[in-house]
Amino acid sequence: MLALENVTKIYRTGALGLRRLTAVSEVSFEIGEREIVALIGESGSGKSTIGKMILRLLRPTSGTIRFEGQDIFALNGRAVKDYYRKVQGVFQDPFASYNPIFKADRIFALIREEFFPHLSRAQWEQKVEEALRAVGLNPPDVLGKYPHQLSGGQLQRFLIARALLLDIRLLVADEIISMLDASTRVDVLNLLGDLRERGLSILFITHDLSLGHYISDRAIVLYRGRIVEMGPTERVYARPLHPYTEMLMASVPRIDQKWARQPARMEQSVTPGPTGCVYYGRCPIAQEICSRRMPELVEVEAGHYVACFMRS
Amino acid sequence: MGSRSELLYFAWRNVKLRIGLGILLVFTLAALIGPYFAHHDPNAYVGPPGYPPSAEYWLGTTTFGQDVYSQFVHGLRSTFVVGLLGGGIGTILGVCIGLLAGYRGGWVDEILNMFTNIILILPTLAVLIIIAAYLTVRGIVVESIFIGCTSWPWAARAIRAQTFSLRVREFVDLARMSGRGTLKIMLTEIAPNMMSYLFMVFILQFGGAILNAATLDFIGLGPTQGVSLGLMLNNAVLWAALQLGMWWWLIPPGAAITAIVGALYVMNVGLDEIFNPKLREL
Repeated sequence: MLALENVTKIYRTGALGLRRLTAVSEVSFEIGEREIVALIGESGSGKSTIGKMILRLLRPTSGTIRFEGQDIFALNGRAVKDYYRKVQGVFQDPFASYNPIFKADRIFALIREEFFPHLSRAQWEQKVEEALRAVGLNPPDVLGKYPHQLSGGQLQRFLIARALLLDIRLLVADEIISMLDASTRVDVLNLLGDLRERGLSILFITHDLSLGHYISDRAIVLYRGRIVEMGPTERVYARPLHPYTEMLMASVPRIDQKWARQPARMEQSVTPGPTGCVYYGRCPIAQEICSRRMPELVEVEAGHYVACFMRS
Repeated sequence: MGSRSELLYFAWRNVKLRIGLGILLVFTLAALIGPYFAHHDPNAYVGPPGYPPSAEYWLGTTTFGQDVYSQFVHGLRSTFVVGLLGGGIGTILGVCIGLLAGYRGGWVDEILNMFTNIILILPTLAVLIIIAAYLTVRGIVVESIFIGCTSWPWAARAIRAQTFSLRVREFVDLARMSGRGTLKIMLTEIAPNMMSYLFMVFILQFGGAILNAATLDFIGLGPTQGVSLGLMLNNAVLWAALQLGMWWWLIPPGAAITAIVGALYVMNVGLDEIFNPKLREL
């Protein structure tokens, strides 16, 4: 349904934009119908940049993003609106997503103005109430309030309800759980599961491995803007191939196990050449070739890809 | 309750806004209907020189025997015109250029910012003198346009900086994902967030325009006909009204300018509370 092909994003920074920062580098993957894909990576790995590019909020430096076969950056006018009718996003910080001087339900009013100008007031109110109930909110409790009068979990569900007002096919959920209380996390996660039952695809962006495991069908692991491993969630979690994924798995806290004291592997001062593997500096199994060339993604078993010379 | 009627409700409940508006209303009325009670031409030499307030000359006369009351109400009129028109033009230019540069960024920002900086460093007074020299007939409107067109750069720069910090906020992304156009986002998402600031810009532009007009009047580049509060003040100072104890010549224009600008400031504090729901007294 959605396909990224060699998507690269380079930010210009510093004085006069002379310094370049590659946030995302030659990323290709697909999201199918009714599929939940977890995009996993540490902060700075480019995962949010990918989400924003899919939402047309940032333009890739090169590469294309296609939705149902159409390049989304070639769309204009009405076609852009039609795209947003089908693809929506929810962001990490629920408080920043609301204009603080307006009531929270203004986000619904915006959708009405832009997408449903012909609907009568009664019809619209009914639609909003249905969407709010679908995300587990009681409309009279939450309508007509300012963002600072609602909790983070309520605001986040509000945003999901907003997306449900449209006929969305794909939801980009960018770290939507990370700022919520532990008690409300599972509710929102289960809500995402319900959305799949409704026929939605979800790109679930997270830095939390256990959340990715809980919900997703497929997992994509990013490191410094590159995909290092990708495959069915069960496979990636049961048998991580890339040393980075391995390290991530080992650092997940478990209830039944005490952590063995391990010396932390920090970034070494050895930097790979400009063409070397991005993980070279931290990799315990790196060989000479890794400093010279960036490995391509290779399919090791059905649907399970890894970008590592040593493991493929 | 719609969001508009709610704003009005909170506006009416706000004491600071009511005080500011009240003072402003008094001066507006004085400017509008005051001249109908003036029996003398503001610049004609009608009475005894330096005469204190009396039944005939309500605010006394100047050193030359002009009626101060008549000058005051007519001056109030032109002061409001200069303030509203000059301050209005300055505010609109500053807001539009600042918002556009800040929101679009990139080369649009580069060009607009360069333009802003050029106007900013322009020796305004020298340019005004040259322009004024080419225009033989100058009215209060032309003067206001001059002032408005040269006073916007600092406002544009400040608003540009504010817009920069607002445009990366996620609610702007959300509005874009709701299919909103650029212009609508600037006007309905970003501008309302700095509404009280924009009003402050207008207040400062309003006050600045009045003072600028007084400067221009003083060097003879003001309206070829008429009076203004600035002109009155300058004349009063020039002819040593203070030293001669002619308070009636000095205090009315000075107090009026102070009261008008002060009332606008009080209103601004009140408006901040109205636009920002977190500051509202519920």
